[in-house]
Amino acid sequence: MVVNRKEIGTREVPIISLAGIGVSFGPVRALSDVALNIMPGECVGVVGHNGAGKSTLVNVINGRLSPTTGEARYDGAESKADFRNGQRARQAGIRSVFQELSLCPNLTVLENMRIPYRNMPWRNWRGNAASAVRVSLDAVFPGNGIDPYRVVGDLSIAERQMVEIAIAFSRRDIDARLVILDEPTSSLDGSIADQLLAYIKKFCAAGGAVIFISHMLGEIFDVATRMVVMKDGRIIANDAAHTFTRDSLVDAMGHVVADGADSGDGRKQRELGDEVLRMANGLTARKGEIVGLAGLAGHGQAEALAQCYLERSSDWRANRAPAVVFVAGDRARDGVMPLWSILRNLSLQTLVEFSRSFLVDRKAEKKLVADWHRKIKIKTDDVESSILSLSGGNQQKVLFSRALASSAPIVVMDDPMRGVDVGTKKEVYRMVRDEAEKGRTFLWYSTETDEILECDRVFVFRDSEIAAELTGDDITEENMLRASF
Amino acid sequence: MTRDHLRILLPIFSLGLLLAGVFYLQPRAMSYFGLNLLFNLAVPVALATIAQMMILMVNDIDLSIGTFVSFCACVTATFVQSDPVVGYAMLLGAIAVYAAMGAIIHARGLPAIVVTLGMSFFWSGMAILILPSPGGSAPAWLHAMMKAKPPFVPVAIIAPVVIGLIMHYFVKRSSLGVLLRGVGGNSQAIDRSGWSVLGLKATAYGIAGLFGVLSGMALVGLTTSADANIALRYTLLSIAGVILGGGEFTGGRVSPIGAVIGAMTLTLAASFLSFLHLSSDWQIGAQGAILILVLAVRLVFTRREALA
Repeated sequence: MVVNRKEIGTREVPIISLAGIGVSFGPVRALSDVALNIMPGECVGVVGHNGAGKSTLVNVINGRLSPTTGEARYDGAESKADFRNGQRARQAGIRSVFQELSLCPNLTVLENMRIPYRNMPWRNWRGNAASAVRVSLDAVFPGNGIDPYRVVGDLSIAERQMVEIAIAFSRRDIDARLVILDEPTSSLDGSIADQLLAYIKKFCAAGGAVIFISHMLGEIFDVATRMVVMKDGRIIANDAAHTFTRDSLVDAMGHVVADGADSGDGRKQRELGDEVLRMANGLTARKGEIVGLAGLAGHGQAEALAQCYLERSSDWRANRAPAVVFVAGDRARDGVMPLWSILRNLSLQTLVEFSRSFLVDRKAEKKLVADWHRKIKIKTDDVESSILSLSGGNQQKVLFSRALASSAPIVVMDDPMRGVDVGTKKEVYRMVRDEAEKGRTFLWYSTETDEILECDRVFVFRDSEIAAELTGDDITEENMLRASF
Repeated sequence: MTRDHLRILLPIFSLGLLLAGVFYLQPRAMSYFGLNLLFNLAVPVALATIAQMMILMVNDIDLSIGTFVSFCACVTATFVQSDPVVGYAMLLGAIAVYAAMGAIIHARGLPAIVVTLGMSFFWSGMAILILPSPGGSAPAWLHAMMKAKPPFVPVAIIAPVVIGLIMHYFVKRSSLGVLLRGVGGNSQAIDRSGWSVLGLKATAYGIAGLFGVLSGMALVGLTTSADANIALRYTLLSIAGVILGGGEFTGGRVSPIGAVIGAMTLTLAASFLSFLHLSSDWQIGAQGAILILVLAVRLVFTRREALA
């Protein structure tokens, strides 16, 4: 099975060396003048807000995108930037885990292992693949209990992410030397994410390299040895990790983040109205309240939200006064209409609400979209362009606007901030608070503690049941963790 | 796993139910000869269903399979019989056209439903050119093969079982099968891993073409002559067969064994209705009703599964 096995730890030659890389898509410059070397044993944290060019950089490194200018060298070898870079990257042992999950949901775990493993030996490949996935899963996430013979579509989103990461670290004919992780922990809860971080450290200590992209600064500081800060398609800082602090990093990213004291205030002053929602499992919400659903990922929060939403919206005909709107967390699955423009995507929810007649009121639609484009700062010049031309965070902004534009008194949010940068998050927090003050009720499931701290009342879920209800000053990370385990 | 098992159990159960109904109405069908008669027309339908399955597996749909099978039947009944070299070359060319069609559909981002609808007129025209009026004759070896009488189990049972098992091994167990199903599940993931989705789609279409050819040949072997409209119904039968057998229109979720069973169920449904002495005017409608019934039952089960 060992073919072309390279020694890990060739200290002197960078695994990848980029010089003067520029990438343009038509008039849009996604990357300009990027230079980056990655040596074995390094863990490089890449930060930057949405649309800063992180995903483009990843695609240049793994060879899927040919840079318009500049050159990429794999293992020090001369190479023109052409379509064969993908192959060169594979030969150099570069593997990627993408932001949106890229497994085939109709295949089993072991069959998904087959897809990136190009030259898998033919004999007994199923057995080999199963044991390789098993070994890798156990190495990265001890005690996970995922059966390689299960169909990926039946796994939870966290388990899928674990499988994808494990596949990226698995043993193949060409060993993994540089693994690119783009938001790897976005669907993982704390303890699983810690397992991953521990494994990354071990992997780097053994001479492997990792590029770690995340919006969770805590994780980056925990694991990265070097920081790369990106903004508007350029690398604006590139230095050893210990030279940064949390504040200096955020400053470098170009966002002014309100200080920590800000989170959770505005909670106390508000007058809450009557109870507007009560569910069989004990979940209640009052008018103007932000209700958080916390707990470890996959403990029934999403199901509770879906139930709440479906109970109130399953009507045969569209309603001019909807009772509830939904903000999707899994954008690709239940949010974005991939073939539609930004405009159409944004106005979808409110088409019936705002039109006076049978036909769509195009003028009102345009005005609505222009308003929200300004209000939430969607990063585009042309709202008529395809929704997929936006980065993930900006797509999420469109989905937010879609829901908030409606007059529905209850907004259900299913972990909507997955993979959204700090600045956008702060903007959205503020908007949510403003809307709550106007009397809207929010049901907010989140895997991130900062977001739960924004809430007026928190229900902590465990095993599909409410394990605790926290209000006011009791809403602390400690209390939540205690109730989750 | 349970969902996969359910997917295959339901078609088996519905086939069993129909078979029990037929045996109850006409106990004499419970014999070597009876089974052969009940199922021999299922062989070409099963082959066409497998062809359709290959296309559905990569998230496309083929509306030309019926006319394509008719075309292949016409070629088999004329050129293959009289001038084998030209005949087989034409059939090979037809497979190549199928593969090229898959490549073009992917490369140009065309909707398969439109391209194959257009191609259906092409095949239909070609078939009429080759055989303007019903006629021709089957090559002797083909006729002998389809009418063979092996001991104990009739050809009509052996052939579907063999087709189902071979395709199960290919689609569900082999590496290429995994990649092809991956194209249906998440073609981006396949592309990102450096595989050529274009090549894989062309392969899937090429295999579909091959099974279309086999279906046309099997049909001629049974009927001993051909007609330009001989297999028009196969387009819808094959789609129904795949869906009945637990496949889905998108997402690369298909089952070869299920597809074969689905094809057999559809053929049997026609016989069942004849045994009921249902007027032939109503038969197609009643066949549709059976189809809807089975799919409704499946929906109930999968919904329950999803909620559980």
